[in-house]
Amino acid sequence: MKTERTTDELIGVLRQGLAPVRPLRPPMLRALSWLGLVTLVVGAAVLRWANPAIIAARTAEARLALECAAALLTGITAVLAAFYLSLPDRTRLWRYAPLPPLLLWIGTSGLGCLQYGAGLGPAGDRLGESSHCFMFIVLVSAPLAVLLYAVLRRARPLEPFPVALCAALGVAALAAFVLQFFHPFDTTVIDLSAHLAAVAVVVALAGLSRRALA
Amino acid sequence: MAPDNQSQLQEAAWARLMSAAQQGDTNCYEQLLRGITPFIRSLTRRYCRNPQLAEDVVQDVLLTVHRIRHTWDPRRPFSPWLASIAARRGIDRIRRDSRIARHEVSHELVPETFAVAATNNESGALRAVEAIEPLLAALPERQRRALEAIKIRGLSLAQAASESGQSVGALKVNVHRAVKALRALVGTVDQTEDQ
Repeated sequence: MKTERTTDELIGVLRQGLAPVRPLRPPMLRALSWLGLVTLVVGAAVLRWANPAIIAARTAEARLALECAAALLTGITAVLAAFYLSLPDRTRLWRYAPLPPLLLWIGTSGLGCLQYGAGLGPAGDRLGESSHCFMFIVLVSAPLAVLLYAVLRRARPLEPFPVALCAALGVAALAAFVLQFFHPFDTTVIDLSAHLAAVAVVVALAGLSRRALA
Repeated sequence: MAPDNQSQLQEAAWARLMSAAQQGDTNCYEQLLRGITPFIRSLTRRYCRNPQLAEDVVQDVLLTVHRIRHTWDPRRPFSPWLASIAARRGIDRIRRDSRIARHEVSHELVPETFAVAATNNESGALRAVEAIEPLLAALPERQRRALEAIKIRGLSLAQAASESGQSVGALKVNVHRAVKALRALVGTVDQTEDQ
């Protein structure tokens, strides 16, 4: 027989099941803590394995520096957005925060493709190392995503989908930023496609696994 | 007291109770839940007109408040936090209802027949008797009376024999013939309806 509990009875049950909880720290603080931890780990790896000459060459040119900055900014704003969106009383406008740096990142990368393709002719569409770039972004994103999900799921977001998408965009953009330190050549059309495809794959996988956050 | 002042006092009281509830004070928690229930009820009516379904949403909101009570920051106002949970759960209910409405059809009358005889509606049997009456009228008198006594009224052979004045053997033969004739008549009716 189906039994229906009245609201008064439910309140009694919830009262009995009450345990002390520690309120979550502010989302900005939690996001910065996570980013700080990732910076330590990834920074150590970059210092250990990346080629300093590549880093110097990439930061010397304004467009490349802007491209790197845009990828980094996309990652940071997307991670911040994921932390804010995981809470019920924060504005939902946070979901649009990563869009400006994302558009700048795609724009500067696209500009690089045009310059490189126009300068080198048919070589601009070479496949080259693109598959490695794809694998790099996916493989670096995966542990970062697991780490970020573990922190975000503490908030048990009521709307896991936008949180998962922002989190995935964040880790994929950070992975693409780290890739710049190991990328010994300019971005071609195929490279850009591989980068975007990798980001899309990570975002799609995160979207599918959004229930892990709830 | 001005409404603004009243809502500020209510907000302060709820925030104090919620803060105590986060530390495990069960009395404050119960007081808070009882205090916010009418507020939640008024919010959920925007999403659900049916009072019973609205009460389901109220309970859903209370469960969610319990589950994510650690996400409320004591430095922030309590009411917007609660209102956004209520809005979310209300929207979830609308989505669920519209999904059900898209994929399911409801009928006021569902013609069901259950395995257990006691659960069946007697009107079905009454309609069957009404349908068979014209066919019974077409049977010879002795066959019709025998069939009615044994198969419809459920009398025993002895009772039917004493009532109708027929012998038990004659009753058996007449019931058998009546059933056979009815089968033939039903077949004829079915064929006519098919055409």
